[in-house]
Amino acid sequence: MTDAKPSKPDTPPDRAIPSSLNQLYQEVILDHYRRPRNKGPLDDATHHITMNNPLCGDVIELMIRVADGRIEEARFEGRGCSISQASVSMLTGRVSGRTVEEASELSERFTRLLHGDESLLSDAGLGDLRALAGVSKFPVRIKCALLGWNCLDELMEQDPDAPSPSPSPDDGRE
Amino acid sequence: MEAHTTTRKDPRRAPPFDVDGIRAQFPILAREVNGHPLVYLDNAASSQRPERVIERIARYYREEHANVHRGAHALSAAATGAYEGARQTVAEHIGATDPAEIVFTRGTTESINLVAAAWGGSRLGEGDEVLLTKMEHHSNLVPWQLVAGRTGAVLRFVDVTAEGRLDLDDFDRLLGPRTRLVAFTHVSNSLGTVNPVRDLVQRAHGAGALALVDGAQAAPHLTLDVADLGCDFYAFSSHKMCGPTGIGVLWSRRELLEDMPPYQGGGEMISEVTLEGSKWAAIPHKFEAGTPNIAGAVGFAEAIRFLREVGMDSIAAHEAELIGYALAALSDIPGLTLFGPREARASVFSFTFGDIHPHDLSTILDQRGIAIRAGHHCNQPLMDHFGVSGTARASLYLYNTPSEIDALVEGLAMAAEVFGGVSSFG
Repeated sequence: MTDAKPSKPDTPPDRAIPSSLNQLYQEVILDHYRRPRNKGPLDDATHHITMNNPLCGDVIELMIRVADGRIEEARFEGRGCSISQASVSMLTGRVSGRTVEEASELSERFTRLLHGDESLLSDAGLGDLRALAGVSKFPVRIKCALLGWNCLDELMEQDPDAPSPSPSPDDGRE
Repeated sequence: MEAHTTTRKDPRRAPPFDVDGIRAQFPILAREVNGHPLVYLDNAASSQRPERVIERIARYYREEHANVHRGAHALSAAATGAYEGARQTVAEHIGATDPAEIVFTRGTTESINLVAAAWGGSRLGEGDEVLLTKMEHHSNLVPWQLVAGRTGAVLRFVDVTAEGRLDLDDFDRLLGPRTRLVAFTHVSNSLGTVNPVRDLVQRAHGAGALALVDGAQAAPHLTLDVADLGCDFYAFSSHKMCGPTGIGVLWSRRELLEDMPPYQGGGEMISEVTLEGSKWAAIPHKFEAGTPNIAGAVGFAEAIRFLREVGMDSIAAHEAELIGYALAALSDIPGLTLFGPREARASVFSFTFGDIHPHDLSTILDQRGIAIRAGHHCNQPLMDHFGVSGTARASLYLYNTPSEIDALVEGLAMAAEVFGGVSSFG
């Protein structure tokens, strides 16, 4: 703490950032929040869905192009908190090139990680998604981290050979 | 005239305000959250309750409970007395001369739904207009959307200026011969704007329209006099003014209430029932079907007595100091954008802080025991109007202190540190 700013004489001594917050807002998460990957339209998407969280207003549209049972590309549009946006940004990088089954299975493992399954911290297949494990200490934020993955789960349940209908203004869920 | 202005508004004449003594009466303010003393800044969502309100509700259940208006036995008489006594307390508090003009509801939302369904459902027709504003809480918007869908009435919306006030020119432009009702909030729950109720009511009446005022954010903070405001309906909730949840009030003028059909049917609201039809009870019981929230009303009356003993003028003066302190403190923070007007405002502060999303701010502040609200505050159209998806909102009440605003400012500094600085949008 050599670079700590001098504090006012009457400020309490507990100004340190709690470790739970540092674990929640890791550098990689803030980086994905501020420089989201794969954000923007996917013109030749075969599947897309928009979901929102009506309580907080976060909204994500997930678009994927599936061919022969494999996700060739995933992109998203959306707005919301750092957790929801970083999580879906990481999702797009992580599922591209995977089969539909692999993506579903990844989603299942990621969900378990967020619910506190620490055995998954050593799961290399989750890659940088493990940075979101700190969310498990903030139960009300788990839904933020899962919003993009809920989109993915919905898409994986659709027929991979039957493209989604074109987006319409009212295709948001709930 | 002299006496009128000095007793009502002059904060210098208010008695000394013992905020520590007030805080000591609220048990929840003594608790810690995440290892820090609770700093409760979410009062626009719901306030806390003093011990005497909690105790009054408990005593009602321990000693006085039975159903109201039904039995001839002692407890039913006691419960009825407590319930109707609460109605009298509310009436006196808001300057209503006739307690029968006080309808107990579940809260502001139900009060407005009652007017929309009973008055709107029977009085509005195809092409009739209801004039709302773009700063309404969803509870003063969605009920009108529902009744408009059923009746063919048209909703119009007064614009909001960049400063966060109602655009009065737009108000006058939209007020027309088909306007049957103007419905607007007294105090904005997200901008803190205090609207010029008397002026707006006069304009509405001048056009032959009735005026409904959503008082949810005003009743906790202001001295109310419905006769002076001149409106036709006034709605507010208990839980934002130190009372229990699940109880609120619709005030309206006797002749309007008597003229309106019932809202819900059931026991309590009838005078005579046959299989073919029923006759309605007199007001206010006509609008209170079923066993009412007796304990809620009793607790609400106790909350009103508490607020009146502290003094509404004293509370307003204390909050005026807090508002000045908070405006100065928040304006000093680089990257912080404060919404709403500077003057004629309530103790509600909506802001954004660089690119830190309001939910992230709320999570970080919560780690220091600071409770704020994050999101659209049931004001989605207004958020769209200002081009944000949501804001952080700190809202104050009589028990808040300048040092709690300091805690908020320190918490925001920590949030900036967690995020490695505050970047601007775009």
